[in-house]
Amino acid sequence: MTELHQLSAADTAAAIAQGEASAVEVAHAHLDRIDRTDPAVGAFLHVDTEGALAAAAEIDRRRADGQPLGPLAGVPLAMKDVVVTHGVPTTSGSKILQGWIPPYDATITTRIKQAGLVMLGKTNMDEFAMGSSTENSAYQLTRNPWDLGRVPGGSSGGSSAAVAAFQAPLSIGTDTGGSIRQPAAVTGIVGHKPTYGAVSRYGLIAFSSSLDQAGPFGRTVLDTALLHQVMAGHDPCDATSIPQPGPDVVSAARQGARADLTGVRIGIVSQLTGASGGYQDGVLARFADAVALLRELGAEIVEVSCPHFDYALAAYYLIAPSECSSNLARFDAVRYGLRAGDDGQRSLEEVMSLTREQGFGAEVKRRIMIGTYALSSGYYDAYYGQAQKVRTLIAEDFRQAFTQTDVLISPTSPFVAFGIGERTADPMAMYVNDLCTLPASLAGTPAISVPCGLSDTEGPALPVGLQVMAPAMADDRCYRVGAAFEAAFTSRHGAVLDQIPDLGELAMAAAATKEGQR
Amino acid sequence: MSAPTYEQAVTAFEPVFGLETHVELGTRSKMFCGCSTEFGAEPNTHTCPVCLGLPGALPVANATAIEYTIRIGLALNCSIASWCRFARKNYFYPDMPKNFQISQYDEPLCSDGYLDVEVDGQSYRVGIERVHLEEDTGKNTHVGGATGRIHGADYSLVDFNRAGIPLVEIVTKPVPGAGPLAPAVARAYVSELRDILRALGVSDVKMEQGSLRCDVNTSLNPAGSSEWGTRTETKNVNSLRSVERAMRSEIIRQAEILSGGGRIKQETRHFQETTGTTRSGRSKEEATDYRYFPEPDLVPIAPAADWVAEIRAGLPELPAARRARLQAELALSSDELQQLANAGLVERFADTVAAGAPAGEARNWWLGYLAQQANSRELDSAADLAISPAQVARIIELIAAGTLSAALGRQVVDGVLETGQDADQVISERNLGLVSDTSALTEAARQAIADNPDVAEKVRGGKLPAVGVLVGSVMKATRGQADAATVRAILLTELGVAE
Repeated sequence: MTELHQLSAADTAAAIAQGEASAVEVAHAHLDRIDRTDPAVGAFLHVDTEGALAAAAEIDRRRADGQPLGPLAGVPLAMKDVVVTHGVPTTSGSKILQGWIPPYDATITTRIKQAGLVMLGKTNMDEFAMGSSTENSAYQLTRNPWDLGRVPGGSSGGSSAAVAAFQAPLSIGTDTGGSIRQPAAVTGIVGHKPTYGAVSRYGLIAFSSSLDQAGPFGRTVLDTALLHQVMAGHDPCDATSIPQPGPDVVSAARQGARADLTGVRIGIVSQLTGASGGYQDGVLARFADAVALLRELGAEIVEVSCPHFDYALAAYYLIAPSECSSNLARFDAVRYGLRAGDDGQRSLEEVMSLTREQGFGAEVKRRIMIGTYALSSGYYDAYYGQAQKVRTLIAEDFRQAFTQTDVLISPTSPFVAFGIGERTADPMAMYVNDLCTLPASLAGTPAISVPCGLSDTEGPALPVGLQVMAPAMADDRCYRVGAAFEAAFTSRHGAVLDQIPDLGELAMAAAATKEGQR
Repeated sequence: MSAPTYEQAVTAFEPVFGLETHVELGTRSKMFCGCSTEFGAEPNTHTCPVCLGLPGALPVANATAIEYTIRIGLALNCSIASWCRFARKNYFYPDMPKNFQISQYDEPLCSDGYLDVEVDGQSYRVGIERVHLEEDTGKNTHVGGATGRIHGADYSLVDFNRAGIPLVEIVTKPVPGAGPLAPAVARAYVSELRDILRALGVSDVKMEQGSLRCDVNTSLNPAGSSEWGTRTETKNVNSLRSVERAMRSEIIRQAEILSGGGRIKQETRHFQETTGTTRSGRSKEEATDYRYFPEPDLVPIAPAADWVAEIRAGLPELPAARRARLQAELALSSDELQQLANAGLVERFADTVAAGAPAGEARNWWLGYLAQQANSRELDSAADLAISPAQVARIIELIAAGTLSAALGRQVVDGVLETGQDADQVISERNLGLVSDTSALTEAARQAIADNPDVAEKVRGGKLPAVGVLVGSVMKATRGQADAATVRAILLTELGVAE
């Protein structure tokens, strides 16, 4: 029999609604799973057992009272630690916020509470969401449930690992340059970056304000859409939130599940096909298979050129650090978080400086310095100003491409999950992980990553992601095409995640390796 | 060499000045959150995640503040941008929750206007460079140490109630050509600006509470030269009088340095009320690089043309136009008008007349007793007294009706200023109305006659003027709250004497 923690979010909600399982039982099943597996995976920074059980009990009480329940009521969820949660520690993966207990909820926190989702805890991440491997967390490593010697992607690696490890059917991540899509791809799950402005940023600890966007992770496209529907919608507390209602992504996912893409025009972006090298063979092979499968489903496949995508990486690594250098200025030891060296003798400036020196990790400092430099008087036009122009050109490339296509596709990342420590010495080797995801971030357009098979060219069989990009506010197209692909792939090969090794065995193997090394 | 006199300084050099004025807008809520802007609350009670700069909090612009700024821009003859953005001004300071201030940089909401002011019958045009919208900072209190500044303090307290209050910055163009009158023109500009802001209803413009603050930029160039000198920026100039004093003192200081062959250091200076001089602050040459960039958390401001037209149509009559009209309507001589204008009282005067007081009475009260009260409280103008024109008009009305004497009227004014109550409340609580109860007065008259039998006899004997002593006695007994003529009539009746 399928255990509770193995159910999809949709099935979990149905089981609760029909009285087959109580929300408390479901919460216990996941908390137990976390107890058993997280010592090996390290997905969670904080597990809120008490809060989760109380929220679950409340759902059971409401159900007993005959009150109407939402489509995800009682479903457990893991929250990336960048999202502010009232009364629950929130660190953004940084020592500088160690021990901070927020006095308020992010808008998405409020929304998931109102929808009756049960928050299990806060997940690990690269410090302030800066990174592609979660190795920049100030607290702990998170290991990829497919191979505990590898990273789960980043920066939302705790959220991707939690879902892939069946610790939670759903999780929330944030994506600034690919931090939802790339971890989803390398852990074999679904992750969607919504249109910029579709999901409120109020209560997301800002990294790069003009790029940050929260979004859902799930093991199926439908689950991901169900969570998206809960998160999205206008928020008067976020001036950049889009005032119009977004598309119905749940219906789109259901429509897509019929696996018919007749008449849908899909563009392959020639700049994102690894023509000039740098993409792993296994990734390109699975992408080619995916294209063939989409064609089988009736889609019309064309190749489009988006020439300015080649400058996305350079533009991104000016804009994001510039904004972060300003956003992170508030961590100054005056009002909250870490305060270092305040011995009554040191000046305010010395305490601020010591706190920031001790509280921020190397990658955060690197980006603050790059950003500070790029915004300096006399350099602004050459760096930040120029990068903004590139951004406009990338958006224009998208616009042009969407005149002849409905969606664009690419591999989500050039690489499968890499080994822990493999890329930490070279920032550029880390940055190129985001090559395929950056254009949609810079243009503010939506994109989803769905699993498209396994690659074994790098050793063990590891998941590969297919990225589907759509025009702004057409997130439904991502879900429709993603769901169609998922349905067709699953019917032919079974779900990708069905092939994930048993975590118990993995953990034992990892322990044995460690023992052997001693 | 010794310091030159002011006259020597302005003979040898031509002053050029510029003013940056910060005005706290009178919106009910803060610039980027819903917190109250009310002054004087317990520290850190008007705060929320947004104005405390908590992680994750986001600003949302206050539409009323944008409207107020446009109002100011229109009143100052500015162009209103059809599209502009907020910008972040980055620098570290503990009174600034985010360590950046949301301000405007190269895209101000209003630009390129002017304001005409009059000094000694001569008109001067002060060019307006820009009017932009930003947020105020919190307030630091440095405890311990001799200077009250952060250096040397034992500890510092931060109150974030003020953090995020909408602040408009009005920057003039450099103003040359006023010669020795430069400080007076500067003062007249701030005074006129204050009247305009008050008329627009966008701020309470209380300099003593910091809702209007001035930075005075001063430079000198040798008389006859058109090349401008190095400027200094004097901060902490918190009254009209200080604007004038700060600039005069800075003109003398700079003239002394330049006459001695020295050069002026471009720097920020602080005005000291006690000495009337400026002292060096931080040097502008090692100025912070503010790393301005467009605020990504806010959308651009794009005021629609018809909205701006609507705001323009809704502008109230501005002080200059009002003065011209009042002069005509109230038949004031230009000297009388000038006198009121110099005292900053045109608006108060006109409002008092509008509330029903005769012009002469209104003028006498504002330029007389009220001006004295302002002076003894060291206020710039009687306009800053906590008494409204309606209250003054009411007191004038009660005197005309015989309910108050002039002396009682002054006591009512004192009561209003002390308690903030209105005139009628003061009269009833302090029992200041004239005693019009004739039985009480008759009682007092009989007592006076009984106490002064000799005087009474004289009056009965035909020496009518002697009744004055008895009147005085009754007035004394009623603590001045009786009408003297009524008292006299009652006394004569009681004495059986006819006039």
